[in-house]
Amino acid sequence: MPTLENKLRETLSQKQILLMTHLVLGYPSFEVNREVIRQMVENGVDLIELQIPFSEPVADGPMILKANQQSIAQGAKVEECLKFAEEVTAQFHIPFLFMTYYNILFKYGLEEFISRAYNINIKGFIIPDLPPEEGKEYLEQVKKRDLAPIQIFAPTSTLERMQLLAGNGAGFIYCVARRGVTGKKTDFGQDFDEYIRRCRNATSLPLAVGFGIRSKKDVDFLTGKADIAVIGTETIRLVDERGPQAVGPFIGGLR
Amino acid sequence: MIKKGYYGHWGGAFIPEILHETFKELTSYFEEVKEDNSFWEEYLQIMSSYSCRPTPLTYAENLSNRFGGGRIYIKREDLNHTGAHKANNVMGQGLLVKRMGKKRVIAETGAGQHGVATATMAAKFGFDCTIYMGEEDVQRQRPNVFWMEKMGATVVPVTDGSRTLKDAINEAFRDWVTNMDSTHYVLGTVCGPHPFPEMVAWFQSIIGLEAREQILKSFGRLPARVYACVGGGSNAMGIFQGFLQDEQVALVGVEAGGKGLTSREHAARLAGSDASPGVAQGYKTMFLQDFDGQMLDTHSVAAGLDYIGVSPILSDLWEKGRVRFTAATDTEVMEALELTMRNEGIIPALESAHGFVQAFKEAADLDSDEAIIINMSGRGDKDIFTIANAYGDPSWKEFIIERAEQYRKG
Repeated sequence: MPTLENKLRETLSQKQILLMTHLVLGYPSFEVNREVIRQMVENGVDLIELQIPFSEPVADGPMILKANQQSIAQGAKVEECLKFAEEVTAQFHIPFLFMTYYNILFKYGLEEFISRAYNINIKGFIIPDLPPEEGKEYLEQVKKRDLAPIQIFAPTSTLERMQLLAGNGAGFIYCVARRGVTGKKTDFGQDFDEYIRRCRNATSLPLAVGFGIRSKKDVDFLTGKADIAVIGTETIRLVDERGPQAVGPFIGGLR
Repeated sequence: MIKKGYYGHWGGAFIPEILHETFKELTSYFEEVKEDNSFWEEYLQIMSSYSCRPTPLTYAENLSNRFGGGRIYIKREDLNHTGAHKANNVMGQGLLVKRMGKKRVIAETGAGQHGVATATMAAKFGFDCTIYMGEEDVQRQRPNVFWMEKMGATVVPVTDGSRTLKDAINEAFRDWVTNMDSTHYVLGTVCGPHPFPEMVAWFQSIIGLEAREQILKSFGRLPARVYACVGGGSNAMGIFQGFLQDEQVALVGVEAGGKGLTSREHAARLAGSDASPGVAQGYKTMFLQDFDGQMLDTHSVAAGLDYIGVSPILSDLWEKGRVRFTAATDTEVMEALELTMRNEGIIPALESAHGFVQAFKEAADLDSDEAIIINMSGRGDKDIFTIANAYGDPSWKEFIIERAEQYRKG
């Protein structure tokens, strides 16, 4: 089976920039998740991060925080999220990743969780509160199965730090576009260009840019600079305001 | 210690990448001041002139006689400026912030004491200050909100999750990941990612250092037992550090038993059986969480103990059997509070009263030539609304109604 990086490179040979989208499992419901994913895939999304809700999502802004809490309050369980993931990976043939916080893996049993994710054809993990210093066993278990432990670069990361992170990563690098939490607007200025150059210098892995990507204008701006544009909060907002059927046209209009 | 920031297998620094450099900087400043005697001297100086250190160790003669066993001594952290041990940590971090050259501080607060202390420090040192406080705690501790605002702090009620201390911590982190260049997060307890547990324990160790000296001076020997309430665990770590090396001194941490350990409405992590190992809010410890790892709602009459996690240092001392953990229920706390007020004319905070409960239960087991120390982490007048309400005090109710009528008339 090709690795996530190979798969992405293959797709990148046909498209200038890839789209990665995000959703919180169980919010507003698994039913709606299903429809949203269908709309995303049909409109050309290249990979999707499935966020398993956690009660203390410190890296997320108000919108995703609320989605996490509501999903849990409605009774979403980790097991249900895994079963749902199994269903969608079988149905849609694009790479799916798990995004969640470390406690979800820790509580499930690190090795059991990773092995289960492997069995249901998840390609990688984004765990924002697990720096490599704390994630030795995680990195071993993930890499052993040729899965991708996605590493995160931040505008505050030095070149040296980025190199260390990249050495621990696989698949692609998630570059956080700015300070702060998810869901706020990002101004792409000169600082950003300097930051992306630093990211490129640090790694040969594809670069995904997320936080505050909302429009075709943002995606156009990233084209040629990054390999993957990440749409997070925006589709949650869209589903909240206009329902799941609004997702398809939105995604279709981004590229 | 095997790995930096670990206590046994508890602790660590589970932080998002965006804060990596901020923590690196903080750790390096902390390492520097730890080795710098002049920093500790400056700290002692400010704690004696701005707060009331050393705080007295009061012999509770009436209570001792009432229980007829061990002699009861009370370490009076309530006599600190702002009325609680929180000032020790806050002034220490304030001096550190000055060194780091930052201009803004943020903090979470549960009972409001840490928020008030931080607002005070910010006013004194000329920092901008924002305090995050769970909406439920804003209701419970309205007088503290008033004082924070009067000292120039912005108080942000947190409406997410359980609207208590843990949610305030999450919000403070969210602020920090946005404003880390200008801002220091004055974490209020011995929890969170490294170096916070070690740093806060270091500033709070002043309690134990004084208490050890004071008991030797006034009683002539070490205490048999030391009691402290445990929320995050900063006052307990503070006093315990004075006696950790003395194996003959039993250390007892008292958690919030709420409505009882089997009620699912409590905040007992180590005394009960509902907690399990987990990683949240940047560190690994025993958390009150469900099977999936989602944090549970906690309950205590004392806002400052109403928290899902506990210091990783205390989890380690618990696991090693060095600190024994028990819990006091809301009802027991009100009884102990009343007894202390009536017999000694001292008003412990609801949080501190948890320590009194266990000490009272055990005092008679000891001989009169033995001593115990209770750490009175704070004063209870801040709790006047909660306490008066719990007692259902009729004349207080009347007063509130009358005052409300006056306000209504304008």
